Amino acid sequence: MTDLVEQDTRAMSVAVTKSRYQSEEFSARLRRRYAAERRFRIAGMLAVGIASLMLVVLLGSIVSKGYTAFWQAQIRLEVTLDKQQVEERNYTALVRQALYAQVPAATDRATRRSLNDLLSSGAPYELEAMVNANPSLVGTTQTVWVRADDEIDQFMKGFIRRDVPESERRLNDVKIAAIDALVANGSIRSTFNTTLFTAGDSREPEQAGILGAVVGSALTLVVTMLLSVPIGIAAAVYLEEFAPKNRWTDLIEVNINNLAAVPSIIFGLLGLAVFLGFFGLPRSAPLVGGLVMALMTLPVIIIASRVALKAVPPSIREAALGVGASPLQTVTHHVLPLALPGILTGTIIGMARALGETAPLLMIGMVAFIVDIPGGLTDSATAIPVQIYMWADSPERAFTERTSAAILILLAFLILMNGLAVFLRKKFERRW
Amino acid sequence: MQLTVLLIILALLTVIGYQMGRSRAVASVGGRIVELHSVPSYHGFYVALWAGLPALLLFAFWGASEGWLVMQMVLSGLPDRLVNGDAQSLGLLRADILNLAHGVATGREPDPEVVAAAERYLRLHALGDWSLLVIGCCVAIGGLLYARGRIDPDLRARNRVERTVNIALVICSLVAILTTIGIVLSLLFEAIRFFAVVNPLEFLFGTHWSPQMAMRADQVGSSGSFGAIPLFAGTLLITGIAMAVAVPVGLMAAIFMSEYASPGLRTWLKPILEVLAGIPTVVYGFFAALTMAPFVRDVGNSLGLSVSSESALAAGFVMGVMIIPFVSSLSDDVINAVPQSLRDGSYGLGATKSETIRLVVLPAALPGIVAAVMLAVSRAIGETMIVTMAAGLTANLTANPLDAVTTVTTQIATLLVGDQEFDSPKTLSAFGLGLVLFVVTLTLNMVALRVVQKYREKYD
Repeated sequence: MTDLVEQDTRAMSVAVTKSRYQSEEFSARLRRRYAAERRFRIAGMLAVGIASLMLVVLLGSIVSKGYTAFWQAQIRLEVTLDKQQVEERNYTALVRQALYAQVPAATDRATRRSLNDLLSSGAPYELEAMVNANPSLVGTTQTVWVRADDEIDQFMKGFIRRDVPESERRLNDVKIAAIDALVANGSIRSTFNTTLFTAGDSREPEQAGILGAVVGSALTLVVTMLLSVPIGIAAAVYLEEFAPKNRWTDLIEVNINNLAAVPSIIFGLLGLAVFLGFFGLPRSAPLVGGLVMALMTLPVIIIASRVALKAVPPSIREAALGVGASPLQTVTHHVLPLALPGILTGTIIGMARALGETAPLLMIGMVAFIVDIPGGLTDSATAIPVQIYMWADSPERAFTERTSAAILILLAFLILMNGLAVFLRKKFERRW
Repeated sequence: MQLTVLLIILALLTVIGYQMGRSRAVASVGGRIVELHSVPSYHGFYVALWAGLPALLLFAFWGASEGWLVMQMVLSGLPDRLVNGDAQSLGLLRADILNLAHGVATGREPDPEVVAAAERYLRLHALGDWSLLVIGCCVAIGGLLYARGRIDPDLRARNRVERTVNIALVICSLVAILTTIGIVLSLLFEAIRFFAVVNPLEFLFGTHWSPQMAMRADQVGSSGSFGAIPLFAGTLLITGIAMAVAVPVGLMAAIFMSEYASPGLRTWLKPILEVLAGIPTVVYGFFAALTMAPFVRDVGNSLGLSVSSESALAAGFVMGVMIIPFVSSLSDDVINAVPQSLRDGSYGLGATKSETIRLVVLPAALPGIVAAVMLAVSRAIGETMIVTMAAGLTANLTANPLDAVTTVTTQIATLLVGDQEFDSPKTLSAFGLGLVLFVVTLTLNMVALRVVQKYREKYD
């Protein structure tokens, strides 16, 4: 652009006589053209800006919604582990008595009943687990910190506002007064939310964790990897190195390209009809999820591997063949090792996509509510993205927070995988 | 358990077989390796293949047929009053036996015969697993001994091993075809069952979608109504909105990055778009439902418009954002493929950069860009999570982007999630929709690939 301006001014200084380059009309047109140029450039910048802005907004909104989920409010109780009560396994009563002791002002039944809601419904089980782990505690008085109910947690984090009228608030005045009393004597604290990382799903937000989904995703990915990586690389090697050019291999090629663009939910329908309906494999199992994901990532891996194989120069093959290697030896000893970084990069990207995929898993029933951590390939399980989908549907405010936290965990995994892919690409990048 | 043991034993035997074949081959020529037809390691692979492959094939065959076989044996031992039912009650019986065997509560008091059958099922299963373990080991050891006995300096071990590997490679490359066949067949079979109940013309051209089937025949709306036009319209509306966002932004971003941006800026911008492409769709869905939809609603309300809380606009916009990197990276490739000589020619005539891009580069890259847009459209049509989470479930026949609409993929997802019987028109209709979705996206992809093939490298 600047070059043109310089040329123009030079042209003008040389041509002193009136030429059409100096005419009013010409300079007006030039201005218009330069303005159009600027507008076009700005439009380009705007497009890139919008894309970056959306990324920032997206990540910002999820981080701002989710970071609080890593903290959880706990309530301190001085529990007297009465021998008789423990033998009757009446931990609920034990926990409640201890709570009433913390708030001496609460004496009437109605107040005490709303006090009961302050604790997580899992609190008695926490106590029970503690006693079971250490039976010598029976008969003593112990200071324990138990999880607070999710609404108390949300109140402590400031998501339930105190200044709205009581009728529109999730917490009534009695509870808020009780919380204030507990805060005043230091009986409420906020700690790192370990439950989020160590528990399975739950209907109660404060007891819900992501571990079951993480294990389910890991099992699914293991099946996907074991199937799609060897098959994908073998298919790519065949198509790129051995296949004759004929109608059959053309058909295979067209097929692979088409499969790469088939909507993921169709693969879910395939899994439902074939693996569940025809082969009778169990519903909700990581085995079936992995099979479906393997079929889905296969074209991605084949295409990436073929590109990597194609990048290996023919001279290397010719040299190997020249010293008497068989075609298979040429590939396994020389071509594949050189193409492996590229194949690995493509594979990791394919796995990352499989990790984030949700729709096919909904079709094969991995959307079930499962509390237990899956122990094997045929156990009922769920996966991280499906867990996100399920939590996103839950009405409690605390689940919104946990959904965002689960998304952050998923994104962390994805960034790790993609980072690894980029690292491998950079490390093994080579020019021939 | 036995299967895991068998796999471990097989792995061990193949390793042992490799070592055995290798050392025996070396020993057979007294250490003078040159006298062997194949390198010793090929003799090793030869024995290893014989040890592992037959047993593995047996294992695969058993795994595919075991459940059916055992069930048939169990059913043949049951009294006639249980087995002599129609296909449906037989299916129920099978499910009951399986549930009992796996300890899943059925909620019903089981028939003592069925309980016995479940026990027999478990017994036969265990027997089958044990016999597979024994037979598998025998086959593997037999194969190993056979191959070991054949080791000879003249054995063409390399040719045999390579032929086997070649066959394996061909089989692997056929998996893609098998997948396609599986997709087509599974969609077709279920869709045909659906079209036996619902007239295909009514399905494709009806304007009322309400797939609820009544439990009893006399209930209101007992028949359900399967006119898919509102779903197609909703899908088109959301796809249109997504394209209106993705195509201009993606294309301009690609132009900016390939023509204007300095290499330094490019190394920053490219990863940003790549991150946008790598975010899972469920995250976009969550963002659309929780952040974008309320935002659109609030803005609309402040302008005096009535916006539904699950609007097509919010879902479409977020989907557009999701597709931006797809459009931009594909167009980037095409724009970069336009030869520099064309640009230089244009500059030589005194055109500005933007004039060159608009009048020379873009027309030259047009086929590729058209193909990219088509692929993007097919992607938008097939996208599930964003619309499922943010677009609503009401089948509206509307062109108003502020209304809630539903799409084909949303309906497939909602029809098949949860406890459903798998032979009612309601669930089968999902396969009808899946077939339409598959055909439409396949057509778009084919056309796009054809366009690229036909016009590629025209300037080289």
